[in-house]
Amino acid sequence: MRLLEVEDLTVRFGDSTVVAGVRLSLGAGERLGLIGESGSGKTLTALAVAGLLPPGAAVTGSVRFEGSELLGRRERAIAPLRGAGIGFVFQEPLTALNPLMRIGAQIGEPLRIHRGLSRRAARGAAAELAARVGLPDPERIVRAYPHQLSGGQRQRVGIAIAIAARPALIVADEPTTALDVTVQAEILRLLTALVEEEGSALLFISHDLAVVAQVSRRLAVMRAGRVVEEGPTLDVLRDPREPYTRQLVAAARATSWNPQETPS
Amino acid sequence: MTGAFRSLVRSRSGLLGLALSAVVVAATLVSLVWTPYDPGAVDPRASWAPVSGAHWFGADRLGRDLFSLVLAGARTTLLVSLAATVVAAVTGTLLAAAAAVTPGWVRAAVGYGIDVLIAFPTLLLAMVLVAVHGASTLTAVLAIGLGEGFFVARVMRAEMTRVLAADYVLAARAGGAGTWRILYAHVLPNALPTLTVLLSLVMAIAVLAEAALSYLGYGVPSSTPTWGRMLHDLQTQLTIRPQVLVWPGLAIVATVLGFNLLGDGLRDAGDPKARRT
Repeated sequence: MRLLEVEDLTVRFGDSTVVAGVRLSLGAGERLGLIGESGSGKTLTALAVAGLLPPGAAVTGSVRFEGSELLGRRERAIAPLRGAGIGFVFQEPLTALNPLMRIGAQIGEPLRIHRGLSRRAARGAAAELAARVGLPDPERIVRAYPHQLSGGQRQRVGIAIAIAARPALIVADEPTTALDVTVQAEILRLLTALVEEEGSALLFISHDLAVVAQVSRRLAVMRAGRVVEEGPTLDVLRDPREPYTRQLVAAARATSWNPQETPS
Repeated sequence: MTGAFRSLVRSRSGLLGLALSAVVVAATLVSLVWTPYDPGAVDPRASWAPVSGAHWFGADRLGRDLFSLVLAGARTTLLVSLAATVVAAVTGTLLAAAAAVTPGWVRAAVGYGIDVLIAFPTLLLAMVLVAVHGASTLTAVLAIGLGEGFFVARVMRAEMTRVLAADYVLAARAGGAGTWRILYAHVLPNALPTLTVLLSLVMAIAVLAEAALSYLGYGVPSSTPTWGRMLHDLQTQLTIRPQVLVWPGLAIVATVLGFNLLGDGLRDAGDPKARRT
């Protein structure tokens, strides 16, 4: 049994089909990179897995997590899985945090929901998690508000929230896109290290081939709502079969792998 | 909130609103323990007494002290409008939450219901309620509170819908939070600044509505002194001795202006997002 099996996943908004028959499969502890340009349906695919699509989205197909079907489940039946079975890291670390809630309360929220921890116990656990994600002075930072933190620190908070209830699968949706390059590298290292420690599986979504290649050994390329190519990262990079993947690889080479060509 | 308070005091209109509101609240508190005369005490010798050291605002036909009546009227006004504002806040927020988070047809029904009810002028709604249930303080409170509640509901529905679309609400759902938790931990705190400002404006409208109801005889029982009833009782003197009408009129204007300016000042000062940097 695979941890996550997505088959023939289709998402429609009215007449437009934004995800068309996506197939993905992820074993326990595996890491899969999902790559594609913006609008290719990768974020919607990830949201659909946990039933987080906005109202008005029509979803068909099958999403099995730990062997049981998630699609068509009622909100009340799927909520216990979010955070505890599947944890999310979002793209915008500022807007994904409640501006009026202290950091500690936000990190501790999944623990209060899923473990029934008291406010105080959750705050204690939040400080430990803050230390694990490398936030400085965790005792002080859990009492801070999001706007008092830097972008990189906020994304560390986002990661702490995602791993708080020890989910078997972590979905990271462009977690480094909003950060500057030096911070990006740190966040990537942190995320992969934590996923390793926890033994969680990782679904890593990005439009940046270089970033995905660092994180995952397997790669799925999405375009216009479909997975056009899937395979081990190295094979896909060395010998891309689809013309679109070839373009992506060529573009990545041109921008980040040829420093001599950048104008001085 | 000290930063918000400082910028409230720094703006001239905010300071004026705060001062006027403070005077009204102070008058109410004073009237609880002391008025120069018993506001109901009739004294034939003082009939239409002019403004003097004995009667600061003068006296009415029955010789009742107008200053004592204005002080006692503040009590009714503040009690009714505060209670009505609480009723408006609770019903408005509950309706707005129901309209914002319930699925499909419930949301549509609540939404249309609010839109229909908001089409009725608050005063008309109040008069209907009073006509059916009889005039009492409770009826006045409920009538004004429910009428304003629909207004609060419409504004708060938009505000809550805005907050519900925020990334952090999606993030909270992704962490497993259910509808109730989303509402009280995430949506309500973030919609609270809007509600605070809205309520100070509702308070001003409630003062006017209470005065209008009392003036029309639909308000609190006739034994209770109110500014609206004073206007009603004194209006026959408008051409003979207009000075007696100044006092309740001034009290109403000062109170409404005070709460309105306070609301405006709070709106300008209380935006934590603007003060953050």
